[in-house]
Amino acid sequence: MLLIGAEDEEKWLAEGIAGIQHNAFYLHRALDSNNLRDALKYSAQMLSELRTSKLSPQKYYELYMRAFDELRILEMFFKDESKHGVSVVDLYELVQHAGNILPRLYLLCTVGSVYIKSKEAPAKELLQDLVEMCHGVQHPIRGLFLRSYLAQISRDKLLDIGSDYEGDADTVMDAVEFILENFTEMNKLWVRMQLEGPGRVREKREKERSALQELVGKNLHVLSQIEGVDLEIYKETVLPRVLEQVVNCKDDLSQYYLMDCIIQVFPDEYHLQTLEMLLAACPQVQPTVDIKTVLSRLMDRLSKYAASSADVLTEFLQVEAFTKLSNAIEKVIEVQVDMPAVGAITLYVSLLTFTLRVHPDRLDYVDQVLGACVKKLSSIPKLEDSRATKQVVALLSAPLEKYNDTVTALKISNYPRVMDHLDNGTNKVMAMVIIESIMKNNTCISTADKVEVLFELIKGLIKDLDGATDELDEEDFKDEQNSVAKLIHMLYNNEPEEMLKIICIVWKHTMAGGPKRLPFTVPSLVFSALRLVRQLQGQEGDIVGEEVPATPKKIFQLLSQMIEALSAVPSPELALRLYLQCAENSKAQVTAIHLIIGALQRMNVFSVENRDTLTHKTTGYSARLLKKPDQCRAVYACSHLFWVDGQDGIRDGERVLLCLKRALRIANAAQQMASIARDSSGPVTLFVEILNKYLYYFEKGNKQITAAAIQHLIELINTEMQGDSATSDAFLASTLRYIQFQKQRGGVMGAKFESIKL
Amino acid sequence: MNYLVGAFKPPCNIFISFTDGRSRKQVPLKKENGKTVMVALFQSQENIVGEVVVIEPIHGKKVEHNGVKIELLGQIELYFDRGNFYDFTSLVRELDVPGELYERKTYPFEFSTVEMPYESYNGVNVRLRYILKVTISRNYVSNIVEYQDFVVRNYTPPPSINNSIKMEVGIEDCLHIEFEYSKSKYHLKDVIIGKIYFLLVRIKLKNMELEIRRRESTGSGPNTYVETETLAKFELMDGAPVRGESIPIRLFLSPYELTPTYRNINNKFSVKYYLNLVLVDEEDRRYFKQQEITMYRNLEAS
Repeated sequence: MLLIGAEDEEKWLAEGIAGIQHNAFYLHRALDSNNLRDALKYSAQMLSELRTSKLSPQKYYELYMRAFDELRILEMFFKDESKHGVSVVDLYELVQHAGNILPRLYLLCTVGSVYIKSKEAPAKELLQDLVEMCHGVQHPIRGLFLRSYLAQISRDKLLDIGSDYEGDADTVMDAVEFILENFTEMNKLWVRMQLEGPGRVREKREKERSALQELVGKNLHVLSQIEGVDLEIYKETVLPRVLEQVVNCKDDLSQYYLMDCIIQVFPDEYHLQTLEMLLAACPQVQPTVDIKTVLSRLMDRLSKYAASSADVLTEFLQVEAFTKLSNAIEKVIEVQVDMPAVGAITLYVSLLTFTLRVHPDRLDYVDQVLGACVKKLSSIPKLEDSRATKQVVALLSAPLEKYNDTVTALKISNYPRVMDHLDNGTNKVMAMVIIESIMKNNTCISTADKVEVLFELIKGLIKDLDGATDELDEEDFKDEQNSVAKLIHMLYNNEPEEMLKIICIVWKHTMAGGPKRLPFTVPSLVFSALRLVRQLQGQEGDIVGEEVPATPKKIFQLLSQMIEALSAVPSPELALRLYLQCAENSKAQVTAIHLIIGALQRMNVFSVENRDTLTHKTTGYSARLLKKPDQCRAVYACSHLFWVDGQDGIRDGERVLLCLKRALRIANAAQQMASIARDSSGPVTLFVEILNKYLYYFEKGNKQITAAAIQHLIELINTEMQGDSATSDAFLASTLRYIQFQKQRGGVMGAKFESIKL
Repeated sequence: MNYLVGAFKPPCNIFISFTDGRSRKQVPLKKENGKTVMVALFQSQENIVGEVVVIEPIHGKKVEHNGVKIELLGQIELYFDRGNFYDFTSLVRELDVPGELYERKTYPFEFSTVEMPYESYNGVNVRLRYILKVTISRNYVSNIVEYQDFVVRNYTPPPSINNSIKMEVGIEDCLHIEFEYSKSKYHLKDVIIGKIYFLLVRIKLKNMELEIRRRESTGSGPNTYVETETLAKFELMDGAPVRGESIPIRLFLSPYELTPTYRNINNKFSVKYYLNLVLVDEEDRRYFKQQEITMYRNLEAS
């Protein structure tokens, strides 16, 4: 067959139309003069135009419609026996005298419809005869249109018959049988179109076929409209027969279209009641059929149906819709080996959507779906297909959206296992979705277990996954990490103990995040921890004397760890700010300051200027602590900031001395306050402590710390001691003993200490 | 003038009519000149009764004659043997003794239970006809003769045995079909019902039709002439079937001018009917299978 030009086709169509018009003119004349003979002759000639093989389905349809209109007029004429004087029975024979089959059958159908209406013969026999005789046209397009004509012209009669309950159910069955038979034959013809002609025009052919699908589907539509077709008939006759045809025709286009058609035209209630049968057909279709779309649509319809009323839901339970669907999907996936992963996952998404809509209370179902998905995913290599991953994201997002409560999702055991199968990028996307869901719904994650699960889920954001080498977009990364930070605020429990656990777990996870992530996550965690501290202090009175696992001390230790970790990375300014934040708390501040100092001392990444700012601030804070002894201790501790051991360490002896002197001043002030209040002997201890610092720097070789200064301090202590009890004797004594020891040791150190007189 | 005109006209006119002519069925008969006239229809064993009217001669002339007779003749006329008639039936009734005719005279006649075994037939090479021939014999001048055709049709009861025709035919590895006609014997207004079942289709068929063919053979031995006509071409199928397809046949015979099957009529001729199933492929090659069917005339159906 040559590929024909559109121009030629137009010409042929025009010729055909002209032929029809020409004969229709004489036909009308014959009808006007009640001349049956001529009417038959010209109508047959007119219909002969439909014998053409030159037209594409669309053009043929145009031609067909012209003839169709004329046939309606002819039908009216046939109906009126007074005009032609021939009984319908004779007419039925008369039209069969035509030599050419196509005009003959068109005429036969036309008379047949009049015959049925007249009720002079059983409709069943007539219908059977018509549908049988149409076998004569085996040319796909011509056959399809002929049978479509038959369906069209008999439609109103069928609806009458089908709705006629007067007799028994047989009449309904007659109509049904007829339509099914016609449908089967039409489908066969339709499928056969595919086989016609050479393979190279296949695509064109498929397009042409799609243009004709309505003709085939029309039959199903009529079936659905017949009132008499109740569930019983549908279940026992209609569906099995239609499905048989669908399965047996082994044609992609047909199977897809018809399955979809079944789902669309028949009521949902029927689908629900015949679910098993319908689903059983799905694995039997050709492997290339896009059955997933069909199933998705089915589930979509069913879930909408379920939503329509509460009564319906019990039906769903009765027929075990979920189990059936789930089994069917499994089978389809099993059978369609070549189905890309995206297909399988799409199916699971649909099933999940269905489950969520129909059985929102059945978390186990959700879990089951995800489990099946995991199984599928583990059987294939890591997902490469972007559409597939998109579907997985959809799959995982669905429960989140549905439950408005991420905690529910956390209970689903297969959830993380599905996530494991995602590539890193998608994993992050998914993690983001989870976080967003939590944020959106303001969900509070309140137990350590849940937190553990949650962080397991979003680990893609928390740390570098294995083999993650992809270039990160800076913006995205920031967004992600900010989200994690926000998430940390959503973790909360009133019980300090549990809260501490939560914090520990979060820390455990975030710790692994590496230098790039910590600056984002640690602050949140720190604030969270601080909040806990405040809470503890608020209820301090109640918990005194008990074995409390969560004490501020512990928390601060943890905090210190955190911030230290942070300081190891290049964002110490942040670390400092955090320290300061920590330090704003009252009693705990001391500890904090010490920690800060400890950390700061070991940091060597700052520019000189920055460091100055930091140290200056730290010292300032130290001096502003609430209690004098605390101030004192903090300040002398600050001296370490200016004296760092090691090769490149800072050794600013002058400022060390300044710190120590300042500490002394504070100690003095404390001494005065103590003497006024006759309070404890603390201040003397302070002096001894300061002395120890002096000695330390002296040993380290700080030129600013002179033996004279030490000498002076010892004397000062001694003076103070006289007016006081011997509380700090031991400390002082051991200090003095140490000096003594150094003196006697000799060497460089001994020489240094020589000048100190005790 | 009148005399001259009268010289070329027969001196008197003869009319032949049947007693039951009004009620008797008339059927069309094609004459030699191509015109169709309606004539009376008889069947074998019937009484052929009627009367011959001789109109008186013009101008009161007398016609002398050697007697008036009526003959019933059954003739077979073979066209290739022009001019030769074979009378297979010849019955004579004397109507009048020799004398003179001078006034209108009516002669009744009757042939009782006439044996007319063969039907009237008008074929391509042969004609079988029945005539009544009235002759007024005269001396010295030509006889006055008048003919009246009539048609004989014989009805047969439905055959007691009427098997279906069923056959599987094909071309190896190309086309295998099985066809079935419900009967082998049909009456003239019958319907051929059947089915063609495609067992194997490896060639691209375009359509399929059923032909009714009439085979008329005349003469015998080396002088046999066979003439085949296709009386009907009836399209059974449009397009290419696939394996397993079965195509219905329903062909009404009434629109066609058929006769019963005639076998060896008086050793002069035979007329047989065949159903020819023709399949045409896309290259217009024709594959066919011909089957003889027997036609008979059935009283009820006619």
